[in-house]
This record gives sequence, C-alpha cells and structure tokens, in this order.
Amino acid sequence: MLTAAVSRVLSGVTQKPASRVLVASCKYSNNATLEIKKCDLYRLEEGPPVTTVLTREDGLKYYKMMQTVRRMELKADQLYKQKFIRGFCHLCDGQEACCVGLEAAINPTDHVITSYRAHGLSYTRGLTVQSILAELTGRRGGCAKGKGGSMHMYAKNFYGGNGIVGAQGPLGAGVSLACKYKGNNEVCFTLYGDGAANQGQISEAHNMAALWNLPCIFICENNRYGMGTSVERAAASTDYYKRGSFIPGLRVDGMDILCVREATKFAADYCRSGKGPILMELLTYRYHGHSMSDPGISYRTREEVQSVRSKSDPIMLLKDKMVNNKLASVEELKEIDVEVRKEIDDAAQFAMTDPEPPLEELGHHIYSSNPPFDIRGTNQWIKFQSIS
Amino acid sequence: MAVAAVLVRRPLEQVSGLLRRRFHRTAPAALQVTVRDAINQGMDEELERDEKVFLLGEEVAQYDGAYKVSRGLWKKYGDKRIIDTPISEMGFAGIAVGAAMAGLRPICEFMTFNFSMQAIDQVINSAAKTYYMSGGLQSVPIVFRGPNGASAGVAAQHSQCFAAWYGHCPGLKVVSPWSSEDAKGLIKSAIRDNNPVVVLENELMYGVPFELPSEAQSKDFLIPIGKAKIERQGTHVTIVAHSRPVGHCLEAATVLSKEGIECEVINLRTIRPMDIETIEASVMKTNHLVTVEGGWPQFGVGAEICARIMEGPAFNFLDAPAVRVTGADVPMPYAKILEDNSVPQVKDIIFAIKKTLNI
Repeated sequence: MLTAAVSRVLSGVTQKPASRVLVASCKYSNNATLEIKKCDLYRLEEGPPVTTVLTREDGLKYYKMMQTVRRMELKADQLYKQKFIRGFCHLCDGQEACCVGLEAAINPTDHVITSYRAHGLSYTRGLTVQSILAELTGRRGGCAKGKGGSMHMYAKNFYGGNGIVGAQGPLGAGVSLACKYKGNNEVCFTLYGDGAANQGQISEAHNMAALWNLPCIFICENNRYGMGTSVERAAASTDYYKRGSFIPGLRVDGMDILCVREATKFAADYCRSGKGPILMELLTYRYHGHSMSDPGISYRTREEVQSVRSKSDPIMLLKDKMVNNKLASVEELKEIDVEVRKEIDDAAQFAMTDPEPPLEELGHHIYSSNPPFDIRGTNQWIKFQSIS
Repeated sequence: MAVAAVLVRRPLEQVSGLLRRRFHRTAPAALQVTVRDAINQGMDEELERDEKVFLLGEEVAQYDGAYKVSRGLWKKYGDKRIIDTPISEMGFAGIAVGAAMAGLRPICEFMTFNFSMQAIDQVINSAAKTYYMSGGLQSVPIVFRGPNGASAGVAAQHSQCFAAWYGHCPGLKVVSPWSSEDAKGLIKSAIRDNNPVVVLENELMYGVPFELPSEAQSKDFLIPIGKAKIERQGTHVTIVAHSRPVGHCLEAATVLSKEGIECEVINLRTIRPMDIETIEASVMKTNHLVTVEGGWPQFGVGAEICARIMEGPAFNFLDAPAVRVTGADVPMPYAKILEDNSVPQVKDIIFAIKKTLNI
C-alpha cells in the first residue's frame, strides 16, 4: 500500500490541489498514506488503524509545533543555566510527539491535565511561547503572572501543570465527571508518568472512572524513568497499559506522532461513545534528566540517549516521512526551523527583559470573587492588599 | 422588631440540650431545628437553587448519610447529584476538586475529618493554592464538610480537631458552626462561595435542637464567612470559642452571672479568615480574654488569637495575660474518665475565667 502510494507520487500524478495556495505546490504531494505500528491491545478486540493519511498541511503544522516545543525546551535549558529560571524545570524534549500528537487528535473543547513536565502541553493547548518562557523566568508577562512558575501553567480547558506526583489522576477523572454531568460530549485526557502509575490515587481514579463510566482517557507517558529509577526497579508490572486492570488499554509508539494521533483518536472515540474510560500507554523518551538538577546520565548511559536520538527522534521521524513522501522538501523544513528559532529567540528576549511582577501584587488571587482585604506579610506591620 | 427581640432573648435561652415550648406567640414563628436538619435544609436549598451543586462522599446517598445529615437528598435528587463513593478519600476528594475546576460546585463530604488527612494533599495543594498559583485563572468552588473533633468514646484516631491544620493555609476558608442557625447560614454561604471552604461540623451537635429565627428560615438566609457573632453581651471578660465549646461557654456564663461576673461570649463562626476585629473590640471593653477550643493547645486556634491580640490595639487594654482552654495535649484516650478530662468542660472554663480575673 505504501509502495503503491510512493510510486504514484514518483510517477508525477498529482492529487486534487489543496484549497490553500502553496508556493511551488505542484512539486509536492497533497497527502500520503503511511503505515504506522500496530498497538498492543488489552481487553480490546480492535485497535487503531495501521495506516493513516498525512496531509501536507498537517505535516507542516505538526513539524512546526514539534520543532517549537523542542526549541522552547532547549531555550529553557539555556535560560536555566544562565540563572534566569530558578527552582524546578522539567523538560520534555524527546517527548514532542506525545503532546503534538495528542492535540492533533482532539478538539479545543476537550480537556487535558498533566504532571509537572507540562511546557509542551501548555504550548499545544494554546499558551504562547512568550507567556510560557516569561512564566519560567517569573515575569509579569508570564501566563500565571509569575505566580506559578514551571509547574503551574493553566489555559482554557488545560488544568496544568501539577506539582504533586499523581494528584492529577483524580483531578482529571473529576473533570471528566463534570463533562458527563453537563452532558456536553467532551472528554478529559489525564496524563501521568511511569513513576506516577504506582501512586495509589491513580488506582483510585481508575476505579471510580470505570465504576461511574466517566469519559476519561488515562494516558501513561512512559519515558522509562521515574526520576532516577528505571521502570524495572519501580514496578512489579511494567505493562502500564494493563495496569488499569478492568479498564481496556493500548500501548502506543510515543515517538511516532501519527501513531499517537491515531491512537488518541481511537481512544477519544471509544470514550465519547459512552463506553467508559480507556488507558493509553505512550512509549517515549526524555533526552534531559528528570529536571535541570539531574544530569540524567547517572542512571542511564550516554549511549542509550544517543541511540534514541539517532534512531527514534520524533521530529526526525516526521521529517523523514514528509521528505520521503514528497510532502515537503528539506529546504522548506529548514525555513520552518529558522522561523521557529526566531520566534523562540524573540520570546526569550521578552522573558529576560519583562519586569518581575510588582510587589504590590504579592497578595493578589488568594480568593476568587472576594472583596479586597489585607494579607499579612513577613511581620505584622507589612500588609499586602489582596484583590481577586 | 419582633425578630430583633428574639435575637436578644435567644442567647440567654440557648443553652444546649434545653428545649423550650412556645405556645402563644405573636412574633413570627421560630422553629426548633436540630443542627443536622439545619445542614440538611441548607444543602437541599442550594441543590435546588443551582443545578451545578452536587454532593459526594461515603454513604451520602442510599444510606442517607453516615450521620443522617444527607437524609432524603438522594431520594429527591437521584444518582446524578448525590453520589456514593468507594472508600477512596484521596481519589474522591481529587475528583471533587477536578469537577470544581471544570465548573461544577461539589460538596465533598468526609465521614469525619480524620479521614480527610488521607486526602489533605488534594484539599491544600490542588484546591487551596490553585487560584493563587494560576494568577487568578483557575478558581475552585468546592465545599469540604463533615464532622470534626472529639465525639464520644471513638478514641484517638477518630477524635482529632483539624481547625488549626486547615486554618493555617492561605487560599482556604474555614468555618466552624455551633448552632443550627450557624450551620444553615454557613453551609449555604460556603456552597455559594467561589473558593474552597472547609466546613467543620460537630457530631455531638448534630442532634441538638436550636430555635431557628424566622429570617433563618428563608431560602436566601446566609451567614457571611469571616464574621464572628457575639452570642452574649458582657463586661468583665471576653470568651472566644468555636463549635461545641460555645455552648459550654454560655453555660459557664450563666453560672458566673449568679456571682456577678458578666461574660461576653463570642462565637467565632469562621476560623479563616478570622474576625479578629470583633475580638479586639470586645477585649478593649472587658480587658480580659479567655479562648476555648476542643483542639490541642500547641499551635492551636487559641494560640493564634492570643498572638494577634498581642500584635494589635487590644494588648494595651488587657489587665491580665490571655488564657487558653483547650483539649488536653494527648491523643484522645478511650476510658470515659480519661476522655472527659481530655476535653474542655464547663468547670475548666469557669476556672480559667476566675484565674484571669484573679478571683
């Protein structure tokens, strides 16, 4: 099937033109049918399709988004080393296919919640790179006005960013309860890592989601290490997609954005049809250590990291697919790289120069919808006004 | 008018456990309502008023509530709005917080607040702090309620008071009703509040009837969170308490009144934000302060009141150091004689008042 598609392209037969006017579009295909890995299934008769159609438009969009997340995370690394970013900084470079693939398959009206490794999802859920970087540097232009930092970024239908490992499990199930309660056909994607999978509250969330038939898609982002502990050293069973017990599951190649997209569509459809919760395990990898305080090579070898980079890098995989199927040229993708770099640099410039939040706002946002009142500072004479 | 007359007479009459019959009244009828029924009514009215309000917790639906506080609600509102949960405090508290983030208005019941310790991360880190951490983007309109503090003979793991624990945290509102009027007005305010509110009820008060004045029978009767109430006017000493001890303070005041000592009894009603101004104004009048609480002394509600009084204008009006009456500094023992001496009794309050008055 793939060879047929490729030969069709190579023989110069063009498809119907896209509605958008593209420069030199006749030298590109509009779309390509690609094979994707079959997912391991648990308690499911059928899984996601093993082929999918990638349009040129989508491919370029995904490429740009993944590259943006990648460069944004690398910029955060740089800013952290320059001490513009303080405290915790958990980067997701290597895992771009997960957040971009997820967003590609869902509606903006669906809901997402995740752990502290949230910068990628914060971007795909609609926050600008500028507001993310400025939040990391603790400036007033940050998406949380500098009050939250790396682990507490929120957007419409995106509930963070959660610092306590596993807490987002029940929270996400609760969001899905609200979806069911309101009857709006929306679903909630509740992401957690291989480390969090061992939290009791995740099992509690699984139980209640299944018991009450909640429209919750649990997603275990398995990047093989919970901080410095490999999955083999943390879990009696590392088949995370089976750990929902009575909840059907599928294991997905999390480095292939199309695999993630198709699996997510499948899971969302399953959930939306009222069949209850489903669990997706995304096999992925993080290039950085657990956080910026962790070099990431005391518990794994440089060779392992290098091997993943050279064989399974999600951006490289998409680029190869697009170039090999004449959906884009190498030069065109390089142009996108340049655009992305500029966007990130501009955002970083803002993040480094925007002023910190005014001290007068230290007490703000304690309560919602409240008349102003006074907050005590570090002694009884220092008072801050608190405005909702 | 007639209602005001009832409000003035009521503090003197309202000694817990005493029933008064009213046969011939020209004033608007006041009802005898137990604290349990007052909370039930408050929740019922708010469930009816706003579709987004729902109740979840262990045994709240088909069992009618472990302490029957939610009696009749499941029958009236059904499975969608009154939800029985498995024994998964951390899980269902987190689910309730998530539902609140997504726009519903959950009432999350803990069978007792002792079990909330398992879920306390969701209460503090997921609920209380979120509006602040998000820079005002994400509010969490949730109520956590249930019985708090000592009961009778339930021993150490089931008798802890969490007023100080929850009162410690910015981002939370914490209320502690005493009477039926308190219970009804505060639960309604808590449900209508767009912030996480912890409602610390008291199991021993559930069955106690109080006169509910006519205004408290209205469906829009609310008691503002953050305002204390002077239950009894006095001139010689200010006594501040919350929850069940308020009743003990009024008993002590009645006894002391016969000896010519007039106590001003303040019902705190809200632990956080604390109405220190009412206490200050009272201390500036009486020059003496006694705090009474069921919880442990170290880092407790009374300790906070004393610290704040010291920091404010009322300090210069104190004729003697403030005195705290608290639970004993032990895990609650089981044997009756030990338990009785581990919670503040009327005699302890009288003793403390006389000590501070140097009598």
